[in-house]
Amino acid sequence: MIVEIEALTKIYESKLRVVALDGIDLELKQGEIFGLLGPNGAGKTTTISIATTRTLPTSGTVRIAGIDVVQHPAHARRLIGVVPQFNTLDRSLTVYENLYYHCRYFGFSHGHAKARSLELLEQFLLSERKDVYPAQLSGGLGQRVQIARAIAHRPTVLFLDEPSAGLDPQSRMAMWKAVEGLRKEGITVLLTTHYMEEADQLSDRVAIIDYGRVLALGSPEKLKQTFGALTIFDLKLRTHEGLEPVIAALKQREDVSAVEATADGLRVRAASSDGLLPEIVQAAAPFGLRDLAITEPSLETVFIQMTGRDLRE
Amino acid sequence: MNNSSREISEQRSEIKDAVRHGSGIYFKAFLGLFLRDLRVLTREFLPFVLRVGMQPLLFLFVFTFILPRMASGNPMAAAGGADFGTILLPGLMAVAIMFSGIAAVALPLSSEFGITREIDDRVMCPLPLWAVALEKVCFSAMQSILAALLVIPMAYYVPAVPVQAHISSWILLALVLVLASLLAGSLGLVIGSTVNPKQIGLVFSIIVVPITFLGCVYYPWAYLGKIRWLQVGVLVNPIVYMSEGLRAAVTPGIAHMPWWAILAALVFFTAALGRWGLKGFLGRVLS
Repeated sequence: MIVEIEALTKIYESKLRVVALDGIDLELKQGEIFGLLGPNGAGKTTTISIATTRTLPTSGTVRIAGIDVVQHPAHARRLIGVVPQFNTLDRSLTVYENLYYHCRYFGFSHGHAKARSLELLEQFLLSERKDVYPAQLSGGLGQRVQIARAIAHRPTVLFLDEPSAGLDPQSRMAMWKAVEGLRKEGITVLLTTHYMEEADQLSDRVAIIDYGRVLALGSPEKLKQTFGALTIFDLKLRTHEGLEPVIAALKQREDVSAVEATADGLRVRAASSDGLLPEIVQAAAPFGLRDLAITEPSLETVFIQMTGRDLRE
Repeated sequence: MNNSSREISEQRSEIKDAVRHGSGIYFKAFLGLFLRDLRVLTREFLPFVLRVGMQPLLFLFVFTFILPRMASGNPMAAAGGADFGTILLPGLMAVAIMFSGIAAVALPLSSEFGITREIDDRVMCPLPLWAVALEKVCFSAMQSILAALLVIPMAYYVPAVPVQAHISSWILLALVLVLASLLAGSLGLVIGSTVNPKQIGLVFSIIVVPITFLGCVYYPWAYLGKIRWLQVGVLVNPIVYMSEGLRAAVTPGIAHMPWWAILAALVFFTAALGRWGLKGFLGRVLS
């Protein structure tokens, strides 16, 4: 195991006692992309801060490739790369210099640092912006430079804290592509997010955390199966009168777990959609069905089921 | 997979090496930070020279060039006396050291700790945190020494009456310059890491300006003998030892404190401020 997090707790003792982490246990395999999914304040950033030596835990240990991050922080830092939540690029240096001096901090010689920086600029399609200052970059480009910088010293584990926060959809896609690309290099990635799509799309495994505890752990597919995520059918109807018999009839079906009237029409939650769709359409037709939206089982539905809370709350 | 696991085992053994002889890696990281600061400084060299040079230049111009020429009816010039330039030179060097120390550490730190958190990348380099803080202080000390040396040619060419500089001991000058510069950097570290960025301007008016004016910059400490309470009171001001130290080294003809007392005080204040500043720095980067 490349990252071992054991019984990690963090309690902030001030006027208000805040338990940020309440015993987190996680293990990351070499080369996997691991998603830490949870609402704001769940303990994601605290976990990353401890693992990246910027916060001291109240108890518990984090080992990166066997190195205890609390005992040997300076050495652990050689093994990790960090993309923080906010843009922390050095504003006094150009894009190229941000990469170059980062390499120098990690003991690269002038020649190596230069070659590595140029290579990264190319890899992340930043060569044209080599001499631009960070303040002139858009959010998406800045994030790309931050990822390039974080992997410049060839870390074993890369930590991405809310990598798509504040990015427009296009930049988010580009960022996902960049992270996918890291898979080829064998870098282990731990990313935190409160976007289900992101965790679903990128991660090999996901841990859902809330109130500083791990609620569920596994591949996105496994989580969806195990926790019986539901498909949601949203129907928009022209009239709502006389719907009750339809609702009662749908409820009779074994695979349907809930049917409710909404402002626009009907919402049906079901375990599987096989064979159900034609029946729903047929039943709704007399009421002037004008739109139908199907939401496939997602980590969001898993999360709502486990915590009773919405991720974005 | 094979490749990457071999890389890991290589890296692990590298780290074991580093644990055993950590100094090589630390030294390179420290050097990297220093080179980064040097790059930023060379890019802003002219603003740097103007920043550190303007105040001593104007001071010398007004007090040693303009005022002596209107000596007839001007009480200030008379009070300054003919050798006022000689008294001023070490004092202005001390001020240059202190201002550039604060400007080189406190101002960048307070913005790096601020919204941008730019410090994060440097804090994440493979170096103990105290060494990151030490690099800041050392780099600022280098700037301070440059700033102090810049005052010397000014004092030579500007005053109407030539300054009577006479360096009695180069060793003492070097020691005082280095210690005073480290002291200024440590003071910058304290201010930069404990003061809220929004109040950094206020700190200049309520701390930096008073300790300068009461730092025996414009008068030797011995002359304060007639105001005994003040002479004793200013002993807690570290700037006093910077000015007196430079006075002992550059213009030994003017009354000054004994060299051993100056050096002891400089070491004491550097250590005390350095410790305080480091504590603040760690508090800001480690939660």
